[in-house]
Amino acid sequence: MVAMDIKMAWRNIWRNPRRTLLTVTAIAFACILLVFMFSFQLGSYETMINASVTVHTGHLQVQAQGYQADNEIRLTIADPLPVQKALTAIPEVKAHAPRARAFALISSNYRTYGIMVEGIDPVAEKQVSTLADIVRQGKYLDAAPPDDGLPGALVGHLLARNLGVSVGDELTLLGQGYDGSIAATMVRVHGITNAGMDEFDRSAIQIPLNAFQDIFSLGSAVHEIVILGHHLSDTAAIKAALVPALEKIGTRPPLVTLDWESLMPGLKQAISMDLVSGAIFYLILIMVVAFSILNTFLMAIFERTYEFGVMMAIGTRPARLTRLVLTESIGMTLVGVISGMLIGCLVTMYFMAHGINLGDASEISRQFGIPSVLYPKLTLVSMLAGPLAVFLITLLAAFYPAFKIRTLQPVEAMRQR
Amino acid sequence: MDLQIAWRNIWRNPRRTTVILIAVVIGVWSMIFLGALMRGIIRGMIHNGITTLTGHVQIHQQQYPDDPSIDNSIDDPAAITQVLEQQLSDGSHWATRVRVNAIASNARHNASVTLVGIDPPKEKALSFIGSAVTQGRYLEADDTNAILVGRALAKRFETKPGRKLILMTQDNTGQIASKAFRIAGIFQAEMESTEKSYLFITRKAAQNMLKMGPAVSEISILLPSPDQASQTAQRLDTQLAGQQLAVRSWQEALPLLQSYLELYDSFILIWFVVVFVAMGFGILNTTLMAVFERMREFGLLKALGMRPIRIVKGILTEALIILFVGILIGNGLGLFSCYALSFHGINLSALAQGVEYAGMSRVIIPQVIAKDLLGANLVVLLLGLLVCLYPAVKAARFTPVEAMVHN
Repeated sequence: MVAMDIKMAWRNIWRNPRRTLLTVTAIAFACILLVFMFSFQLGSYETMINASVTVHTGHLQVQAQGYQADNEIRLTIADPLPVQKALTAIPEVKAHAPRARAFALISSNYRTYGIMVEGIDPVAEKQVSTLADIVRQGKYLDAAPPDDGLPGALVGHLLARNLGVSVGDELTLLGQGYDGSIAATMVRVHGITNAGMDEFDRSAIQIPLNAFQDIFSLGSAVHEIVILGHHLSDTAAIKAALVPALEKIGTRPPLVTLDWESLMPGLKQAISMDLVSGAIFYLILIMVVAFSILNTFLMAIFERTYEFGVMMAIGTRPARLTRLVLTESIGMTLVGVISGMLIGCLVTMYFMAHGINLGDASEISRQFGIPSVLYPKLTLVSMLAGPLAVFLITLLAAFYPAFKIRTLQPVEAMRQR
Repeated sequence: MDLQIAWRNIWRNPRRTTVILIAVVIGVWSMIFLGALMRGIIRGMIHNGITTLTGHVQIHQQQYPDDPSIDNSIDDPAAITQVLEQQLSDGSHWATRVRVNAIASNARHNASVTLVGIDPPKEKALSFIGSAVTQGRYLEADDTNAILVGRALAKRFETKPGRKLILMTQDNTGQIASKAFRIAGIFQAEMESTEKSYLFITRKAAQNMLKMGPAVSEISILLPSPDQASQTAQRLDTQLAGQQLAVRSWQEALPLLQSYLELYDSFILIWFVVVFVAMGFGILNTTLMAVFERMREFGLLKALGMRPIRIVKGILTEALIILFVGILIGNGLGLFSCYALSFHGINLSALAQGVEYAGMSRVIIPQVIAKDLLGANLVVLLLGLLVCLYPAVKAARFTPVEAMVHN
């Protein structure tokens, strides 16, 4: 009987092909849009996260508790070695690198600025960030100390412009060391970097870690160990493995593991905000579509009052009629949802290959450090979530007419023609 | 009479008409309401940008925008302010400022900041700082060592009003100038980054500390309306030509906001079109149903000699009425939603960090602008009629015989 119902429903659907096609197209339209937009959102989030993660932040960082909030020079990882050893033992960790940071006055011949100076390990840093790739002039830092005895420095291009320096120029660095002593030295600009992210380019200056530790009397201490997993999704696993390992090491102040979400809480919240507002837009769109097609479902029944009357008169139970009508609506919706999902996937895949050029929005992309060509990302979730929502809401619209049938009286129904 | 017939035809099937009306109403409501919310977001961004020291028009020394340092100051601001007195309309405000990078420090902490020297009474009408002091007091014209500190910076520095703060910067001669200030007040701003990066002292104190005489870094102008900015900037630019100045409107000074403005313009348009397409299917389908149900009727009318064009007109009139009623109710609901939210807005303080990351303000108040209202209604009305042209022409093409055989 079920097979026959389905066959009957399918034939009923195509009794009025034009109407059915329009309805199916409306559903498919919503699904295509939802699959594409949701994939586009996911894709741009990933680009934004990856941009921030790979330029500087890393997937996770190990820091002394409280360092994230205050950037206080005294809150150090006194001995990074055991932490690094623990990290090497975690298979999800792709690379890690130590960094140290301190506030200092940077002076060129003309200008003085107060900046957070960073000490990096040139070899390890290459593995965790794009720093080596964004050197636009000059060259990256050498692992070996340079011949002239002056430590090398990488300077962000906006900072270099403000300081009025170029490759080869000297800078004076003046700050306060770990022990409160005066930390002063000269460095030579080896390279100018451009991350395409204004905030970074305005404030970045890196010198080799060993020189940094000398100047600021840090010994072997560092401020953070940046960790990069093989993939963004490894973050949780690395964190889970790292927390007990750090507890075992047990230092004062205690070391904490911060993932990118706690390192960049603004980014995380901005993403959830975008998701929620997107969801509101999609929901309203689906509602408009649902009311647009509700008439098709309604008409499919009121046009056939006589027919239903006859069927009931020859013994068809109202429940079966309801089921038949529901099967028709669901069938129509499914055709729309599935074709919409498939076309949506194709459209998304096309743009995954070719990218979407944001064109004139380059000011905005520089603000967030994203390229001006974005790629959507088709995942199982972005493929299914939109069509599923469309399906459920459309189903809701189909219920009303289907249950209306139960109130039909055979004799009265047959009289209506 | 046509109108009356159309009206009666529509209500021959009240359920169907109600359903399609609801679709149109939701569509129009969402266009107006969500459009107004998007406008509200961008307006909040612009308001933030303008009150966070940009103003509607800014005047700097020519090199300053590229190289914001004390070397590129305006040496003779009096000559410019004279022109401003003559040129600016009533209701405009302007003030001169000194703005330099500096290092703030106390016993335990130090940070890189932007030191701003302001004219306390004039600044009040101009930027956020005039009404932002929440603890302690605002600056007074003759203060020599009073300083205003942002809440976030005060927290980081573990300090409060009455405590000392040392400022260090490069003076006009290239020497390092250093001076101790006493915190007069703590200010709060929309963005935490503003609270962290700006410190305010009086302009005179800044000029003395930096040995810059009467020179200033910038002149900021607030006009009665932001729309006059480009025009005023152009006029001032010609008036002040030859003085090596950069006169910029807020659109030029804040290119990021200008790009956001354009981006949101296209968002809103796309949203209008998408919603219309969604309800267009419904309008088309419903009109088609109504037409095919009445095939016999149209055949008869034609057999009686009615001209096809009148049938087209009749059906379009019916569609027009549905669209019109839907638009009316949709506008009413949309405007009412905006009105209801206009008092408190949507408060996003719980997501303060995300809001700041995205550069938005914490409270979104919907803003209805004529362009959007007109756009939404025109899109629905014109495209709606266009869509209904198909069933209307279809109806007019029924030949009497075939139509009367049908059914």
